[in-house]
Amino acid sequence: MAEALITLDRVLLRYGTHEALRGVNLAVRRGERIAFIGANGSGKSTLLRVLHGLLPPSEGQRRVADAPRMAMLFQRPFLLRLSAEANVRVGLWLAGVRGDEARARCAEALARVGLAAEAKRPARALSGGQQQRLALARAWATRPDVLLLDEPTASLDPHAKREVELLLDELAAQGMTLLMASHQLGQVKRLAERVVYLEHGRVLADLPVQDFFDGAAPPEARLFLKGELPW
Amino acid sequence: MVNRFGSLSRRVALGALLALGLGSAGAQDKSIVMASTTSTEQSGLFGHLLPIFKAATGIETKVVALGTGQALDMGRRGDADLLFVHDQVAEEKYVAEGYGIRRMPVMYNDFVLIGPKADPAGVKGSDITAALGKLAKGKTAFVSRGDKSGTHAAELRYWKAAGVAGSPKEAFAAYQECGCGMGPALNIAASTGAYVLADRGTWLSFKNRADLDIVVQGDKRLFNQYGVIVTSPTRHPHTKTTLAWTFAEWIVSPAGQKAIADYKIGGEQLFFPNAGQ
Amino acid sequence: MNAFAESLSTAWALIAGADAQLLQVVGLSLGVSGTACLLAAAFGLAAGAALAVWRFPGRRGVLVLLNTLLALPSVVVGLVVYLLLSRSGPLGEWGLLFTPGAMVVAQTILVVPVVAALTREAIAATWKANGEQLQSLGAGRATAAALLLWDERLTVLTVLLAAFGRAISEVGAVMIVGGNIAGHTRVMTTAIALETSKGDLPLALALGVVLLSVVLGLNVLIAAVRWWSTHHHGGDTGRPAEAQAATGAANG
Repeated sequence: MAEALITLDRVLLRYGTHEALRGVNLAVRRGERIAFIGANGSGKSTLLRVLHGLLPPSEGQRRVADAPRMAMLFQRPFLLRLSAEANVRVGLWLAGVRGDEARARCAEALARVGLAAEAKRPARALSGGQQQRLALARAWATRPDVLLLDEPTASLDPHAKREVELLLDELAAQGMTLLMASHQLGQVKRLAERVVYLEHGRVLADLPVQDFFDGAAPPEARLFLKGELPW
Repeated sequence: MVNRFGSLSRRVALGALLALGLGSAGAQDKSIVMASTTSTEQSGLFGHLLPIFKAATGIETKVVALGTGQALDMGRRGDADLLFVHDQVAEEKYVAEGYGIRRMPVMYNDFVLIGPKADPAGVKGSDITAALGKLAKGKTAFVSRGDKSGTHAAELRYWKAAGVAGSPKEAFAAYQECGCGMGPALNIAASTGAYVLADRGTWLSFKNRADLDIVVQGDKRLFNQYGVIVTSPTRHPHTKTTLAWTFAEWIVSPAGQKAIADYKIGGEQLFFPNAGQ
Repeated sequence: MNAFAESLSTAWALIAGADAQLLQVVGLSLGVSGTACLLAAAFGLAAGAALAVWRFPGRRGVLVLLNTLLALPSVVVGLVVYLLLSRSGPLGEWGLLFTPGAMVVAQTILVVPVVAALTREAIAATWKANGEQLQSLGAGRATAAALLLWDERLTVLTVLLAAFGRAISEVGAVMIVGGNIAGHTRVMTTAIALETSKGDLPLALALGVVLLSVVLGLNVLIAAVRWWSTHHHGGDTGRPAEAQAATGAANG
C-alpha cells in the first residue's frame, strides 16, 4: 500500500459560525482519481480547497508526504489581461520556473492543449473552452503532482466541454492524481475510480466508482443520484 | 486686453523662465522674495519696475502679493527677505519689534472714493471726511475690504476722522465687510452700486467698472505712503540680506525713483516718488 | 453673455498665438500637477492595493479615515503645508516655500487619498472574485496585489486621471504655498483667480477655457487608450469571446 500523498484527519472547517466540513477523514494516494459529489453547499468545493492547502482546517490535521505540488482549475478560470502564453509564463514564474526552462515548458503546455496557434492572442479574447484549456495548460506546465478541479466544465457549452474532457481523459490515462468536484455524472463515471459523497459537510460515502453506482451507496446518496439523473 | 497680456509677456520673457526648477531658492541664482500688497501688484507697477531692477543688478525679485497684515506676518515668520507695503504705523511697529532693519519711505499714491456715477448719497467733492460722514448717516451701501490691509487701515482712520465712533459696522447698517482684496471689493461695489475706498492704481487697471466712477479725490489726507523694510538678519539669519538691501538702496536711488515716476497707465502717473522726505 | 463671447475669442487668440507667458503658465500647471500625480501614484497605488488584500486590526477605521480624506479642502492642505515649510516651521530649512516644489508637495498630499481610495475599491473587487485563484497558483498577497494592479491597469489609468483633474483644478493649496509669483509659481488656476480679482473677467474666463481644453485633451487621449485596449483584450469583464460577440463588442 503506497503511502498517502494527502491525509485529512478529523478535519473541521468553520466559516464564522457555519461548519462547512465536519469530521472529515480522507486519504489520497498517488495516481488516484477521486470524484467528490454532493448538492450545492455540501462542502465539496471547501473540501477541495482544504486538500489543496488553500484553506487551513479550523480543527484537525492535513498532512502531506514529499511536499506534493498542487494545481487547481476553477469553474471560471481567472486569466490576466495578457496573451495566452504570458498567462502560462506567469503561472510558471509563480511556481519558480524561469528563463529558457519556462519558455520551453510554456510552448509544450500550449501544444499539449491544442492552443499553440493562439499563443500570442489576448487570453480574454479566447472562447470559453479555449480559456479553460489555457487554464489547464497553465496548471499542467508546472508539472503538478495533484490536479484539483472544481466543476471544470460546468460553464462550458457541449463542444467546449468535450474538448476539456478529452484532455482530462488523457491526463488520467497518464497517471495524474485527479481530485474533482463535479455534477456531471457521466464525467465522474468515466474519469473517477473512487467516489466520495458529501452532505452538509460530512462524508457519507467513500466507495469505488463501480460500487457507488451499482447500488452500494447509502440511501441519501441514492436519493441525490435520482435528482441528478437527466430525464 | 490681448495686447496687454502680450506686452507683459515681452517684459517677463527677459529671464529664461521655462525651467520648472523644483526646490530651494537658497543655493540658486540671485533672487529675493519680497512680500508686498495685492493692490501694488495689481496696479502693474512690478511688471514695469522689476525687469529694470533685474537688468541693472541681475537680481530676480519674486513678489508674493498679500494684504499688508499678511505681508508683515510673513516678514515676522522669516519667509520674506524684504517688505514693500503701505501702512506707516504698522511698519514702524514692525521695525520697533526688531523684525526689520529700518523703514525707508519710497513713494506715495493716493486713495480715491469710488461710487455710482449718479451719486445717490450726494458725496461728490474733495473732502473725504465730509463724504464719509454723509455716508454714515445714510442708507447707501459701502463695501470695505476688512482684511487688515493698508487700504483697510487707512479706511478705518478716515471713518474715525469723520466722527464715527467705534466700528463702522455697528455705526450704520449698509456697511459691508468682504474680507477680500481690492479687485474683488470693486467687483462687489460694481454689481451692487455701492461706495468703496480704493487706491488709484487698482482703480485705473480695473476693468469691470459697470456704473462706477471716482466721486472724491485730491484730499491731502488720501495720500498713501509706501515704505520698504529689509528683514533683520539677527532675527532671521537665513534671509538674503545683502541682495535685499541692494533692492532697497536701488528703489530710493535716483534710478529707482525715476523708474517709479515713469510708470503710467493711460498716460497718467500712479505713484509719486518721495524717498528721503 | 457678452463676457462669454469675448472670452471665447480671447481664449482662441491666446492659444493660436502661442503667447509665451501663457505657455509658461500652462507648462507649470501640467508639470506641478503631473509630478504630484506620479508621486501620489507611487504611494497611493501601493497603499490602495495593500488595503484591498490585507486584513489587519483597525482596517475599518483606516478605510473611514481614507474616505474622509477624499474631501480634504485644498485650502486646509495649503495652510498646513505652509506652516510646515515656513522658515519658522519644522521643515523651514528645506527652503521649499514659494517654489514649485512646495506646490508639488501640497498637491501630492491632496491627491494621495484619491488614488488610494479608488485603487482600493477596484483591487478589492477583483481580489474578492479572483484572489483565491491567484493564491492557488502560488502567489503571496504582495505578488497578487502587484499582478492585480497590472491587470487593472486601465482602471488605474482612470484613477490617475481623476487625481490629475483634482490636482490641476485646485487653487487653494497652490496659492498659499506657491504665492502666485509671476513667472515662478503662477499656474492656470492662480492666474484665473488673479485676473478675476483684477476685474478682467473675459481674460479669466479665457484662461478657464484653456485649462478645460487641456484637461479635455487628456481625457480624450485616455478614452482612446481604453477603447483600443478593450477591443484588443476582449473586454473588461473577462467574459469569453462568444458571449461578448453576442452583445456586440468586437473581437481582438
